[in-house]
Amino acid sequence: MKEFKRDDGRKADELRPIVIKVGVIEQADGSALVSLGKTTAIAAVYGPRSMHPKHKQVSDRAVLQTFYSMAPFSTSERVRPGPSRRSQEISKVTREALEPAVFLEEFPKTGIDVFIDIIQADAGTRTAGINAASVALADAGIPMRDLVTAVAAGKIDEHFVLDLGGKEEEVTKCDVPVAYMPRKKQITLLQMDGDLPPEETKEVIKTAIKGCEILYEKQKQALREKWVR
Amino acid sequence: MGKVIDMIIQKQFISSLASRKMRIDKRGQEEFRDITIEPGVIAKAEGSARVKIGKTEVIAGVKMNVGTPFPDRPDEGVLMIGAEFSPIASPDFEKGPPAEDAIELARVVDRGIRESGAIDVKKLCIKEKEKTWMVFVDIHILNHAGNLIDAAGLASIAALLTAKMPEYDEEAGTVNYEKKHKKLPMKFKPVPITVFKMSDSLFLDPNLEEEDVTSVSLTVTTKDDGNIVALQKGGSYSLSLEEIEKAFELSLKKGEEIRKLLEKHI
Amino acid sequence: MAEFIKKERDFVVPGDEIINSMDYLPGRNCLREGNSIYAKRLGIVNLDGRVISVIPLTGVYFPRVGDMVIGEVEDVQSNGWVVNINSAHSAYLPLSGVREFIDTSKTDLSRVYGVGEVIYANINSVVSANSIHLSMQDPRCRKFRSGRIVRMNPSKIPRLIGRQGSMIMMIKDLTGCRINVGQNGVICIEGEKEDLVIKAIEVIEHESQSEGLTDKISLLLGGNKMPKAPETPHREENHQEFQMEEQEQEQEEMLNE
Repeated sequence: MKEFKRDDGRKADELRPIVIKVGVIEQADGSALVSLGKTTAIAAVYGPRSMHPKHKQVSDRAVLQTFYSMAPFSTSERVRPGPSRRSQEISKVTREALEPAVFLEEFPKTGIDVFIDIIQADAGTRTAGINAASVALADAGIPMRDLVTAVAAGKIDEHFVLDLGGKEEEVTKCDVPVAYMPRKKQITLLQMDGDLPPEETKEVIKTAIKGCEILYEKQKQALREKWVR
Repeated sequence: MGKVIDMIIQKQFISSLASRKMRIDKRGQEEFRDITIEPGVIAKAEGSARVKIGKTEVIAGVKMNVGTPFPDRPDEGVLMIGAEFSPIASPDFEKGPPAEDAIELARVVDRGIRESGAIDVKKLCIKEKEKTWMVFVDIHILNHAGNLIDAAGLASIAALLTAKMPEYDEEAGTVNYEKKHKKLPMKFKPVPITVFKMSDSLFLDPNLEEEDVTSVSLTVTTKDDGNIVALQKGGSYSLSLEEIEKAFELSLKKGEEIRKLLEKHI
Repeated sequence: MAEFIKKERDFVVPGDEIINSMDYLPGRNCLREGNSIYAKRLGIVNLDGRVISVIPLTGVYFPRVGDMVIGEVEDVQSNGWVVNINSAHSAYLPLSGVREFIDTSKTDLSRVYGVGEVIYANINSVVSANSIHLSMQDPRCRKFRSGRIVRMNPSKIPRLIGRQGSMIMMIKDLTGCRINVGQNGVICIEGEKEDLVIKAIEVIEHESQSEGLTDKISLLLGGNKMPKAPETPHREENHQEFQMEEQEQEQEEMLNE
């Protein structure tokens, strides 16, 4: 039986080449670059620091703010700079993917700002962003329950595929980005575009989780590479 | 005094009821408040529906126009869904451009309708690459008493199902809104059902106070054949795979019930 | 006896399991879940008796009573000054904290310390997360009228100071510069050879864990190799850091009251 090969030659459960670099932005308290194939995200973390404007302060914990944006040159067709409805939704779900991991209660009345810039987009930008943000938060010395790791999965023909590449978005029966905290097996981001029976949807999610477990080790390795000499 | 829902003892009260799988208004975990669906409430719109779930009230209006198709989909109609969280609906809504909650709601409802192929967009094409029908669904929240996504999703699909297309004069290139006869070519009825977690148990259709003690939610949009077309996790906490599987079950079941209710009103 | 998954002095990141055992207690920057102890922050595992903690390698400055800090005046108020000390919150220098008596009816407080001016102050009290009070009573306290400001990761400051101040004294001797070090990771350098000092600081920041750092700095600054020290540097470093961790823990306990 012929083995299933994807557009770029990958097997169904294979991730694209991964690059993770920690501490790429000098000025930030924590930062990281994450590339999955041709998708590249850079995250910078500032904080905990004074929260401005003051009325947004919360008395018993830090406020996590996340700003996702795509550079105009990141896609084939130039993206107009500035927030779009899509980037605002992604900022929200990204924040909600990271909040469960951070011990916000340890820094009352402060703000922790996470900036995610997509400098190259070839599908999977929000998951690349979450991977970068999670590493940047650890790099900033912020206490966390676990690292958050993310990847998208789908279904092409009869196969459940991991880490959809740009062209695959057209042919997949569904696009399911998942963010995961492996230690306690908790899902912090789950979205889906598609049309699939519930049983198969579960399989797609499980495929994504397996990918997350691989990325988790890569994140740890990258942090070690920066900090251990 | 501040709002009741900000008071800690009120939140604790609701949470402790939830931990015993009970609710402040004595509903069951999977029980929805009373649902009313009224199509055709806005005369000037091509389609409209007012949906009430308990005291939550949402109106969705459908407007249509003729325009150019997207270059990457030259033979398909254009669909755009937006939401307004008008300040009249809640002391928490501010005036100005849509906040992230409104944007998210519109995009989640959009996803369900788009991914399910609810509208047969190919039939909306007038002349490939040049002219196509554009369908605008605008969601207006009139009163926020919890569970906005489910109400908005229901109102949107009800409005689309009862909408009537105006006439397009190809020669003159004008749209005649006085003549509305043909129904929109609809194939499916996607229904979003949001499952909420309070005190480690899963519930459906929270009222405003229950939403305030909700840690995490999962909106599951299903269509007529039981397939899932959209998912959206919301909130600052997390879910286990088991909880997600349970949520699929709950929303599938409830989605079917609500679809039947919808059919009665159309 | 349970095996340590991450041993003492191992590098850990948030979520790393350190040990699966009920025989140990989770200390600073650790948490227990079930039978295991996990790291909460990026850092180095430390063991003190039965308490496992993580010494952070990075993070904003956590103010401790008694620390000398270098801060920038952000705002002048009616009875004091708001000072940015590179921490999660700004600190407050009340009138009572200043050495000289000031008659507010006659003196414009911004003449004493103006916005943008830099001071070397002492942390007098930490009442709550956002109530940090400074004082200028310590004889080392002063306003800087000149000098170059450099920032460093606060976790690395102990390395810059060295055992009983040996590293910083060596740098001062070899460069002839006046160097004031703030525990909050801010350093003020005055003198001609300030660029050499900055080079030394960069090396310390990036190689703080390597052996022979003192020699390296000494050579960099044009000195000779230092005589070998009796104890190994790292253990004392850890001990010094751990002592600070203890103080930090006391501080946290006070904050939680």
